[in-house]
Amino acid sequence: MKSVFVTVGTTSFDELIAAVSSPPAVRALRSRGCEQLVLQIGRGALEPAPRRAPAFALDVFRFKESLAEDLRRADLVISHAGAGSCLETLEEGKPLLVVINEKLMDNHQLELAKQLHRDGHVLYCNCSTLVETLQSMDLSTLKPFPPGQPEKFALFLDKVVGFE
Amino acid sequence: MEPPLPLLSGTAAILLLLLLLLVPLAFLARRRRGRRAPPLSLLVVAGSGGHTTEILRLLSCLSESYSPRHYIFADSDKMSEAKIRSFEQKRAEKFSNSQFTLDRIPRSREVRQSWTSSVVTTLYSILYSFPLTYKLKPDLILCNGPGTCVPVCISALLLGLLGIKRAVIVYVESICRVETLSLSGKILYYFSDYFIVQWPALKEKYPKSVYLGRIV
Repeated sequence: MKSVFVTVGTTSFDELIAAVSSPPAVRALRSRGCEQLVLQIGRGALEPAPRRAPAFALDVFRFKESLAEDLRRADLVISHAGAGSCLETLEEGKPLLVVINEKLMDNHQLELAKQLHRDGHVLYCNCSTLVETLQSMDLSTLKPFPPGQPEKFALFLDKVVGFE
Repeated sequence: MEPPLPLLSGTAAILLLLLLLLVPLAFLARRRRGRRAPPLSLLVVAGSGGHTTEILRLLSCLSESYSPRHYIFADSDKMSEAKIRSFEQKRAEKFSNSQFTLDRIPRSREVRQSWTSSVVTTLYSILYSFPLTYKLKPDLILCNGPGTCVPVCISALLLGLLGIKRAVIVYVESICRVETLSLSGKILYYFSDYFIVQWPALKEKYPKSVYLGRIV
């Protein structure tokens, strides 16, 4: 688990950024072999200072046109529960730890994370249990996520507009 | 015993009136659901982050008959435009005469905004999206739940009521809705022509919805 990528998508999630860059979390990550931690912080107010130590680097950025490259390079992705981030990560075939933002108005994001967790595709926790999860998690238990079928949607649409 | 003549003619008159009403209505309904000749212009309401990713996945398998594609997204949205442009760039490599447009409208509701102020900003968004929808006159509207899609669909319904253009509204609830509908979904369940959900629990709760499995 050399490289860990943290992503909050287009929103802000300062609690996650604070939790994952805290000394106990960094210690937990390093004890699992993490040498590079990359934070995508979106619109967040909290912007941790980048670090370059011989065995550990912390990189921080707000937005990029595409996160595909960062996802590809990661050995573990830690993400907010946004559908885009979750699906992109799972499709890259990367182990995913979803961290729930309990401060969102209606906590509907829990639904997807819980379902993906129930189906064995992701690990999930909240900011206060992050360190504990990083210490105890077993990534080998995660099941691969089969791709969605947009072709079924195309067939349906062709049928209802009369294109068959 | 024969029925009295006035009663008979009264019944006949009502029958005739019913026929006069029902025939044009049935004709209208047939036209609404009937076959359409390609190409169809498609209005796509993109949203921030996940919504845009999902809607581009839905578009990924559509044939070149769905052209041009008019994208509308909220002006506070940072990432959608780049995602859409890169999607369309790839599409242009496959289909040579691929066409699309991009338009921004004010966002009708931020994630943490209260309901009362949401109503005011939604009204403002309708004022803004009506002329845009009028200009684009789409055959088909595809949306998947960002706040922006409610004012756009209301504008399209108004165009239909005014007899200017009747668009088919297809709503696809986001994959992140497993057990409950989004606010946009709760509203558009009643106003969309086709309402698609991606988890079986929602199909059970909302019988009018269509379940095709996971499509993004």
